[in-house]
Amino acid sequence: MINKQDIKHIAKLARLGLTIKEIETYQKDLSLILNYIEKLKIELPEEAKMKKKTESSSPEADISKIEPTSHSVKIENVEREDKESERQEAGSKKLMELAPETKQGFLKVKSIFK
Amino acid sequence: MKIQELTISKIHEGLRKKEFSALEICKTYFGEIGKKDKKISAFLTKTEDLALSQSRNIDKMISEGEDLPILAGIPCAIKDNILVEDVKCTAGSKILENYVAPYDATVIKKLKTQGAVILGKTNLDEFAMGSSTENSAFFPTKNPHDLTRVPGGSSGGSAAAVAANFCSFALGSDTGGSIRQPASFCGVVGLKPTYGAVSRYGLIAFASSLDQIGPITKTVEDCQIVFDAIKGRDEMDSTSIKTESKIQKIESKIKDLRIGVPKEYFIKGMEPEVEKVIKNAIKKYEQAGAKIEEISLPHAEYGLACYYIIAPSEASANLARYDGIKYGHSATGDKRQAASLLDVYLKSRGEGFGAEVRRRIMLGTYVLSAGYYEAYYLRAQKVRTLIKQDFDEAFKKVDLIFTPVSPTTAFKIGEKISDPLTMYLSDIFTIAVNLTGLPALSLPCGQVDGLPVGLQIIGRPFEEEKILNLGQFFQNL
Repeated sequence: MINKQDIKHIAKLARLGLTIKEIETYQKDLSLILNYIEKLKIELPEEAKMKKKTESSSPEADISKIEPTSHSVKIENVEREDKESERQEAGSKKLMELAPETKQGFLKVKSIFK
Repeated sequence: MKIQELTISKIHEGLRKKEFSALEICKTYFGEIGKKDKKISAFLTKTEDLALSQSRNIDKMISEGEDLPILAGIPCAIKDNILVEDVKCTAGSKILENYVAPYDATVIKKLKTQGAVILGKTNLDEFAMGSSTENSAFFPTKNPHDLTRVPGGSSGGSAAAVAANFCSFALGSDTGGSIRQPASFCGVVGLKPTYGAVSRYGLIAFASSLDQIGPITKTVEDCQIVFDAIKGRDEMDSTSIKTESKIQKIESKIKDLRIGVPKEYFIKGMEPEVEKVIKNAIKKYEQAGAKIEEISLPHAEYGLACYYIIAPSEASANLARYDGIKYGHSATGDKRQAASLLDVYLKSRGEGFGAEVRRRIMLGTYVLSAGYYEAYYLRAQKVRTLIKQDFDEAFKKVDLIFTPVSPTTAFKIGEKISDPLTMYLSDIFTIAVNLTGLPALSLPCGQVDGLPVGLQIIGRPFEEEKILNLGQFFQNL
């Protein structure tokens, strides 16, 4: 079971403000989901085979030779011409109108130096 | 047949022959929405002004004798995570409740160029995270076949709108089954195209390596028409790919086809009645001469766990953009509670995101955090490789794969909402397709107690035409 301190730490990393009650709920939910996800840590068929071959005693078998997949379709180095797009000015005006606070054409944030 | 039940090519024909005008069509659909959407709640926003002006333009084209593209005057609905310029786009979230899209998604640009008429934006699980549309921050959508049941999700509003004849077709997005599962629950056709076949520019990102936009339609023929209209390489999405359209009539060749049925997909947890309907559908193909073979996808059981590491990881990064500074819900004006920049982040995001979205952001942040990355994320990516290899092996032996879309028919509203893990399990047959990038169709193939069941047809990458033709065969029976 994941502890309350962990939940608070993750919430801060994720920049999510949680109430005390929510911290308890997520502690329960996340533990349940992580418990299911642990399934992946169970030995894969490949690992069992490999272990048999090497007669290794390590419980965590080796899948280091398997390449990770980040995208299903492999495409590399997609390039475009380096030029300004036509719609930029009109587009940026529209985007600025969506901002909650602006000042002199810039996004405004709370001061970060005291 | 009533106007709102017509297929795309029938409406197209009627418009050309001046049996009805585009304006009449548009008003007929809005009439239907006005009468029934109070009960079904498929729409978050109705764009009546936009639709009426688009329809008038089409009528003008017709009166001037111009050539009509196939989608001209065809009324459609768009999932509310796809941007339509100057129309609100909420992604089903409070954090984007008042967000007005500053530009058109590429798929919308393509539909508008053809003259498709946009009736409105449809409900979804917040940021497309869910399998029932109950996670919408606004209201749940009901299944038109039974108002006490969910339409599926996350594209539940789009699937319900098509099933209820509120539109001729709709667009959805599919990250783990979000087009196919609601299509199955609502008894309509849904296509998850190959990753890269359709541009994602203007789709609000959930998990970028898994997301795809696709059509939800009444017939397979309509599905082909809409897919042809939206697909193709787009400069604005570097992962999009130009595909060759190789329309080949397959009906005559069904005898030569080898169809694989994975044994891992027919085990515990599936409703026996659903299994029966699926097996009957498969039998129809066998009777037509296709060779049905049992195949094995040995890593199938790891799919869901793999998905629930990869998708939340990508989501936690994608959703970092909602910071209360650039756009969307912001706590910055709340001087009492948001004194510092960190307060603005914590409060804007804490208030703006719903329970499921926060749960997934937390999960993604956890598995990517220091000390856990290798055990979870890297391992999940390796398992993703193994799952992909399973399909590569299978496609050496067979041309297509048949599975159920979902282990059950549409479930009751409220039945699974309090238990996230049970809800996740309703996507067990659809997620591998997203992890591997393959195209898959959800085809209505029967009913159990009046509730639709969908057959999933999975093909090799970029072989959408083949799976659509195979679906067409079933609809011709």
